[in-house]
Amino acid sequence: MNKDLTKHHAPGHSACAGCAFPAIVRTVLNEAGENVVVGNATGCLEVTSTLYPYTAWKVPYIHNAFENAAATISGVERAYKILKKKGKVDKKIKFVVFGGDGGTYDIGFQSLSGALERGHDFFYVCYDNGGYMNTGNQRSSATPYGTSTETTPAGKQSFGKMEVRKNLIEIVKAHGVPYAAQANVANLTDLKKKAKKALETEGPTFLLVFSPCTNNWKFPTSQYVNIAKLATETNFWPLYEIENGKYKITYEPNSPKPVAEFLKTQGRFKHLFSEKNKPVLEQIQRMINEEFARIARLAEE
Amino acid sequence: MERGAIIKHDQSKAPKTGNWRYMKPEVDKEKCIGCSTCVGYCPEATIEMKKYKEGQKDKADIDYEYCKGCGVCAEVCPVKAILMKKN
Repeated sequence: MNKDLTKHHAPGHSACAGCAFPAIVRTVLNEAGENVVVGNATGCLEVTSTLYPYTAWKVPYIHNAFENAAATISGVERAYKILKKKGKVDKKIKFVVFGGDGGTYDIGFQSLSGALERGHDFFYVCYDNGGYMNTGNQRSSATPYGTSTETTPAGKQSFGKMEVRKNLIEIVKAHGVPYAAQANVANLTDLKKKAKKALETEGPTFLLVFSPCTNNWKFPTSQYVNIAKLATETNFWPLYEIENGKYKITYEPNSPKPVAEFLKTQGRFKHLFSEKNKPVLEQIQRMINEEFARIARLAEE
Repeated sequence: MERGAIIKHDQSKAPKTGNWRYMKPEVDKEKCIGCSTCVGYCPEATIEMKKYKEGQKDKADIDYEYCKGCGVCAEVCPVKAILMKKN
């Protein structure tokens, strides 16, 4: 057991072998230091880290419900501010929320929006595995276009999910937050840098982290780093940050690979490689090029 | 029952997830260059850099009590010093 890495989140949790989010959680919390309160939305992370009578958390940790992780931490943060004003607490405490894409994009969206608007001093980290993986791979609004899931199965009539994923970073940015960024678990140095910046920034900050799911994306347990790397190399998951409204691309592949390289590593996109679904594959490539061009344009301004 | 419904972390109550493992990663200490790439990626944080030989860089060392045998470390190793073997 690595002592430096397990100061906040210890092993013994029941996340799948080869799961990506423990690395995200540890990297982010290592930047937060000792005095940190963690809030958590329902999801894989909550279910796997809190097996009664054991808890993997060595820091104060609150799980309330699926939809109100951000609201819960808002209350904690406000209580802390009042106690500090009264002189009952003198420590500097950081507030971090972890949520999956279900608890952030869909179910916890209103509480996140509310907390961002009220301007609490907290850091929201969303690990995005593109679906409700804990309950068996149902679609969420973070599921990419063309994915085959339990609720959008690919078959004779369908090529999988027909809707485009929600652009959450843009929505968060529209709240006027001082810092929002997109990171990838395969690039831990970049993730560390962004977490540090977000934690140092006063006010609500947001980080969206790419987190491959071995079970429901259907790839071998050893592959999460390789697949996450490919997501950035193909511009499927560009790494950028928005600081006070200013865009900056933090990593740009020299020559982006075709997105098919990323898609073919996973079982959930297997159906896209049939003759019938060729237009879908081309559409995905087009959408990715457009999205990256949009971010690049904004970063140049 | 815990007072106030607060559960304290106690490592001794942790399930020993090492028994999930069917493939066992083994570090070839002679080959390991001590770059510590594998350390951060291990989902269980089981890898620690430990002293191996005098005058040499610290080498990767795996805690088999919690290692689930996913094989991520073997995959990310730049010199392929970690091999997955039958448990």
